[in-house]
Amino acid sequence: MPETKRMQLVCPAGSLPALKAAVDNGADAVYLGFRDATNARNFPGLNFDDNEIVTALDYAHARGARVLLALNTYPQPDGWQRWTGAVDRAADLGLDAVIMADPGLLRYAAKRHPDLRLHLSVQASATNRHAIALYHEVFGIRQVVLPRVLSLSQVRAVVEASPVDVEVFGFGSLCIMVEGRCALSSYVTGESPNTCGVCSPAKAVRWEETPTGRQSRLGGVLIDRYREGEPAGYPTLCKGRFEVNGNVFYAMEEPTSLNILDILPELMKMGVAAVKVEGRQRSPAYVGQVTRMMRAAIDACAADPENYHPHPDWVAQLDRHSEGRTHTLGALHRSWQ
Amino acid sequence: MMRLSLGPIQYFWPGQRVREFYAEVADWPVDIVYLGETVCAKRRQLRLQDWLVIADELEAAGKEVVLTTLALMEADSELSHLRRICDNGDFKVEANDMGAVRLINGRPFVAGPHLNSYNPSALELWREFGAVRWVMPMELSADTLAQLQAARPEGLQTEVFAYGHMPLSFSARCFTARAHDLPKDRCEFRCLDYPEGMALKTQDSQELFVINGIQMQSGQPVNLLGEVPQMRELGVDVLRISPRAHGTETIVNAFDAARRGQPVDLGPLEREEWCNGYWYGDAGMSRKELGTGN
Repeated sequence: MPETKRMQLVCPAGSLPALKAAVDNGADAVYLGFRDATNARNFPGLNFDDNEIVTALDYAHARGARVLLALNTYPQPDGWQRWTGAVDRAADLGLDAVIMADPGLLRYAAKRHPDLRLHLSVQASATNRHAIALYHEVFGIRQVVLPRVLSLSQVRAVVEASPVDVEVFGFGSLCIMVEGRCALSSYVTGESPNTCGVCSPAKAVRWEETPTGRQSRLGGVLIDRYREGEPAGYPTLCKGRFEVNGNVFYAMEEPTSLNILDILPELMKMGVAAVKVEGRQRSPAYVGQVTRMMRAAIDACAADPENYHPHPDWVAQLDRHSEGRTHTLGALHRSWQ
Repeated sequence: MMRLSLGPIQYFWPGQRVREFYAEVADWPVDIVYLGETVCAKRRQLRLQDWLVIADELEAAGKEVVLTTLALMEADSELSHLRRICDNGDFKVEANDMGAVRLINGRPFVAGPHLNSYNPSALELWREFGAVRWVMPMELSADTLAQLQAARPEGLQTEVFAYGHMPLSFSARCFTARAHDLPKDRCEFRCLDYPEGMALKTQDSQELFVINGIQMQSGQPVNLLGEVPQMRELGVDVLRISPRAHGTETIVNAFDAARRGQPVDLGPLEREEWCNGYWYGDAGMSRKELGTGN
């Protein structure tokens, strides 16, 4: 386990205003992506060109925050040059670290840019100490983002055995599948996080009004039906209502968000190095508010872990931004599994 | 001639059924058999030594045997078991996680379908680690495969998942237990009741996915029987058939005929629904009929 230091807060930025909101509200690091399929939030209107990244670096560095680049999709042969070009640009631009998943691209980066700091993306599906050790030994990764599938005791075991810093997701949309090994979206739409940097892409979504209410489709597949007045969420495949054995229910997961405020002291004590906020697709206002709440919680917990309790205001504020307006510990809490 | 492999049984079958199944497989025209559990560490009707007995019998029947491993490994107990599989001393191992690649430690292995082999640089890496074969990820297309084949390193064979319900995702959550309102830690091994998983349907009755414990599979089996000639042209070495609860031998015989260029008889399976969209670069669930251009 690496030496204990202050837990870092890593926040998302889909745009310059979001980056400024994150930095101004206390993020230790901000992560962003190029404006193309090289990152797993390849959504219309999001992300950064090279000039914006220079501005982002100046703004963040002047205020003591680091900027990380997510380059975490899996390049196929016809896109290879674009992805290696993105690694080269990241090194030239002086990003503080690059977050990567593809073993082929990690191999390229480690050979070509030995001084570039590499973080292992959640999309690399590294859920155990041997996988993490291999990425460290072969590519020299310095930090790993854990998939959202481990229980709290499993996170502890990984942190104790890990040769590198461990980062966990702290707040935001909840992926319930092992990231990097989920092809549900491409099965239905032809595009997945691995291949195109998207899950359940907006262009495949269709809303329909029917005599019995509203319904949502993805790639033509019925994801959910809503009663009159029932709030309708974004039709992410794993959060639809489906029929299994004659019962219609959320067969995979309800619309909800991950929130680890309840177990922050445990995560801090076991030596988790960084907590990540999901949501590069979110607005600057969202990023600013979530960053502020998470900053307050981490600072309170670090100052007095024994007497730390999540402030009801933080929880209420964060729930307002949550999918389904509720939160969960997800797989960290064994009973969720 | 292209070789046929029988992938691991993805479902949880009673130990006796597994033994009977592989006793039959010994006489089927498959060249390679993958043995072991890829989905859930709690499925322990057969211990490693039981699997090794089956492996010896299949090897004696002339099959190449590969021991496969879990796609999602979290607990230390799972890693200890993985180490025992990697150290078995006789049989190659299929790695479905980088943890397995590390424990295989340079011995010959198969880079399984969950290792994310999307580009030539990844294939070169597997070869450097000692891989002798790689299995194409489910969601890649024939066009991408052609490019990968053109750049594939020397000594690395290519295997394609050619028939069966495709493993599409893995979770910490057990969806079979969830459908029975049971926590995973007290799942009562309900997946034993579903030898081919549980159908997950949309509210308008489309069979979308198959629930198999912590794994979600494609609602329809992929079927690349019609694409066998194209796979031969692309230099694919091995065609993988994933075992089903019924009719696996018929499917194996159909692929055996296809690889020999003989007429194919699918019998009652002819009327089954299936998909092949990934092969054509489309949504995986879609189906393209050969020769229609649709």
